[in-house]
Amino acid sequence: MSYLQTVPPHDIEAHLTEHDKKSVLRFITCGSVDDGKSTLIGRLLYDAKLIFEDQLANLGRIGGREIDLALLLDGLEAEREQRITIDVAYRYFATSKRKFVVADTPGHEEYTRNMVTGASTADLAVILIDSRQGILQQTRRHSYIASMLGIRHVVLAVNKLDLVDFRQSVFDEIAVDYMLFAKTLGFASIQPIPISARFGDNVISASKDTPWYTGPALLEYLETVQLDPLVEERPFRFPVQLAVRPNADFRGYAGQVASGRISVGDPVVVAKSGQRSSVKAIVTFDGSLAVAAEGEAVTLVLTDEVDASRGNMLAAPASRPFVADQLQAHVIWFGANPMLPGRSYILRTETDSVSATVTALKHQVNINSFAREAAKSLQMNEVGVCNISTQAPIAFDAYKDNRSTGNFILVDRATNATVGAGMIDFPLRRADNVHWQATDVNKGARAATKGQRPGVLWFTGLSGSGKSTIANALDRLLHARGKHTYVLDGDNVRHGLNRDLGFTEADRVENIRRVAEVAKLMADAGLIVLVSLISPFRDERRMARELMEEDEFIEIFVDTPLDECARRDPKGLYEKAFAGKIANFTGVSSPYERPESPELHLETVGHEPAALALKIEQFLDRRREGNEL
Amino acid sequence: MSHGNLQRLEAEAIHVLREVVATFSDPVMLYSIGKDSSVLLHLATKAFYPAKPPFPFLHVDTKWKFREMIEFRDRIAREVGFDLLVHVNQDGIDQGIGPFTHGSNVHTHLMKTIALRQALEKYGFDAALAGARRDEEKSRAKERIFSMRNAQHGWDPKYQRPEMWKTYNARVGPGETMRVFPLSNWTEFDIWQYIRRENIPIVPLYFAARRPVVRRGGVLIMVDDDRMPVQPGEEITERLVRFRTLGCYPLTGAIESNAATVPDILRKMLTVRTSERQSRLIDLDEAGAMEKRKREGYF
Repeated sequence: MSYLQTVPPHDIEAHLTEHDKKSVLRFITCGSVDDGKSTLIGRLLYDAKLIFEDQLANLGRIGGREIDLALLLDGLEAEREQRITIDVAYRYFATSKRKFVVADTPGHEEYTRNMVTGASTADLAVILIDSRQGILQQTRRHSYIASMLGIRHVVLAVNKLDLVDFRQSVFDEIAVDYMLFAKTLGFASIQPIPISARFGDNVISASKDTPWYTGPALLEYLETVQLDPLVEERPFRFPVQLAVRPNADFRGYAGQVASGRISVGDPVVVAKSGQRSSVKAIVTFDGSLAVAAEGEAVTLVLTDEVDASRGNMLAAPASRPFVADQLQAHVIWFGANPMLPGRSYILRTETDSVSATVTALKHQVNINSFAREAAKSLQMNEVGVCNISTQAPIAFDAYKDNRSTGNFILVDRATNATVGAGMIDFPLRRADNVHWQATDVNKGARAATKGQRPGVLWFTGLSGSGKSTIANALDRLLHARGKHTYVLDGDNVRHGLNRDLGFTEADRVENIRRVAEVAKLMADAGLIVLVSLISPFRDERRMARELMEEDEFIEIFVDTPLDECARRDPKGLYEKAFAGKIANFTGVSSPYERPESPELHLETVGHEPAALALKIEQFLDRRREGNEL
Repeated sequence: MSHGNLQRLEAEAIHVLREVVATFSDPVMLYSIGKDSSVLLHLATKAFYPAKPPFPFLHVDTKWKFREMIEFRDRIAREVGFDLLVHVNQDGIDQGIGPFTHGSNVHTHLMKTIALRQALEKYGFDAALAGARRDEEKSRAKERIFSMRNAQHGWDPKYQRPEMWKTYNARVGPGETMRVFPLSNWTEFDIWQYIRRENIPIVPLYFAARRPVVRRGGVLIMVDDDRMPVQPGEEITERLVRFRTLGCYPLTGAIESNAATVPDILRKMLTVRTSERQSRLIDLDEAGAMEKRKREGYF
């Protein structure tokens, strides 16, 4: 507790009531490394006599001659050793005018996640600038993040002014630069203050060294800055935390009002199902309430039996939240592994948790210029705009309208680490995105878990040329090496998938189209697919090739002369064909168009099927080495 | 917020308590009998009303707590009717571990840290709620509300999960557990104001009374039982004292005070110039002592 009062008040009750009613300002200090963030908070607390004597004595033991005020905040051993701030420290103090929660956040880019932690709940950011350095990349980054997270007010603390002889020109120049750069960030107010955190200039009182500055000292400004008033008219939102059912007679929904207010008798709608009901009672331990407003933790009893379990939301029927499984959001990435479109994460809102995939990274935001740049992935500490698809619909608002119901985090499935934070922009209409879903974005991840590169090996050749025999031999080889494979055999698919097709040219084309589509799905699932199909026409083989990704389709021409095939005649078909008993038989009564440039050309005469399978395997190995997988 | 600060803090804590129940399969609340635990117990009663708190309460007993604490514990458990588990590190008892014979570090490590780890493993709890506050100590000021512990119960302060808004990542892997601190954002002053507002019963040791004490190393130690060795030159005197925090009696310093009621204490706090943990001997042993213990699995 840090609470300054020189004389104990006589009327403690009145004093406490007044103290309890003070407004709270939550602020962060941010900016680049060594700009003096921790020192400034230390100085503020020290000069305002808000530091306990034993805490001060401890500093003396650790610091040198001058008290190192940063050590008041840097509570971790590693921080004191390295003389840097690693994680956010929270301090609580009050003056006669206001209560404060300050989050001292780290300046290193490496610890951006901890800066975001502090910023997510703050009303105001004190952005420090070293007056010798001016605006640095981290100044821009932290300003952008603060704005993105919904912080509306900024104090630009131009620090270390003692090191530039308290020159007004230095201060003015930095203030102008910052105003110019920040004008696109949409802050409601920016207050530049010239300070020296080390010596206390303009921290709690006006400095005699800056006679040219007539504005408020930092503490005075923090005590009086007008915060955005609570918007009472915001629509009612109540994310359900859990259903409370102590006995058969009571069923209530426990949660904290995220926005708006609710009265007994008010109509509500269950966001995800659209079921309507109204509020029968607002239950608390301290008695039932007539009204509950934003921030209150209550239990709502409804007049009807509805299904509103955890993760659902009760809302005002006239102004409902979005319910969708596709949305666009700004995402800041914390994971050591990059964010990849197509990979599956757990998306957690305040009370909901679903599987989610980033279907598209629309662009990345350049932290320096705020320009949109194309990107394939987001690296740690990068910000991007993403389309996200969830396995089940979630209820939400736009972050700009509601910080509580418009946020989410992304959790890595394997490590459970919090790898990203999201601020929802808007829902996406389903039709716009079915197409995204259907593309092959998931393939890489699936293939990676199988440790292989997916592909479609398309064996073409006359009936009896040896396609299935070779494919089978290759399948055994790959399987023995732990590869995930599947053989789509022309004869076999005609027993099921293509049982309705005959041997007319149209049916043969459809036969190939279907098999190619199935092969494509299997490759998308990460498999190595072996297709054994006469596929006599170049057009259909090309069609199949074009369905697949580049380099994924491997055409293998199993080249056996017609008379050799007829001699082998494993199924007795040539005999029937020559006797005119089978119409449209390839090579006899229907043409076979030889491949012009197959990836592999296998002449079977004089070679064992096993040797040919080995040859294909070697080809696949070379192909893998040529690429990265 | 149209309501006061206490209302806001209460709602925040209730939200956290409910999140824990909704997302963990076997949560427990650590009940240390002190004022913060008393507040947390009270909040748990509110959070699930009209249901009872859907988790048991665990007291890790070092067998060196003030006698009045144990009496209070048993009375409250009876009156409130909560499911109280008491765990003692029996190995430590068998070895005769105690603060006088083994020093505060060994005693605290074996009888609190190790004992807590034993209890969490014995019952298979995946989340442990506790009343620690960020304003108590500067390494605590760095800790998350949902704070991960690895399978060895250790805290890794350099790799804490980011924690944005009120959207908590409650997922833990096999063997990992979560410590959860619903009172993270409360100050000592908030706690006392809330105790006053809600009439929460607390151990009488917090209020001034004449008690037998010995001055040792500049700290007043209460002679709570005959295990306390009185050294040559030391004298047991009756003084008007109270305690700002409670723990093992040999490790907890009393302060001379005449504050006999909660409003008295609040009035004193307005002028107090030292932190509450100054009376905790275990924190004074070395710089970074708290962080070190937390890394080992202490709260």
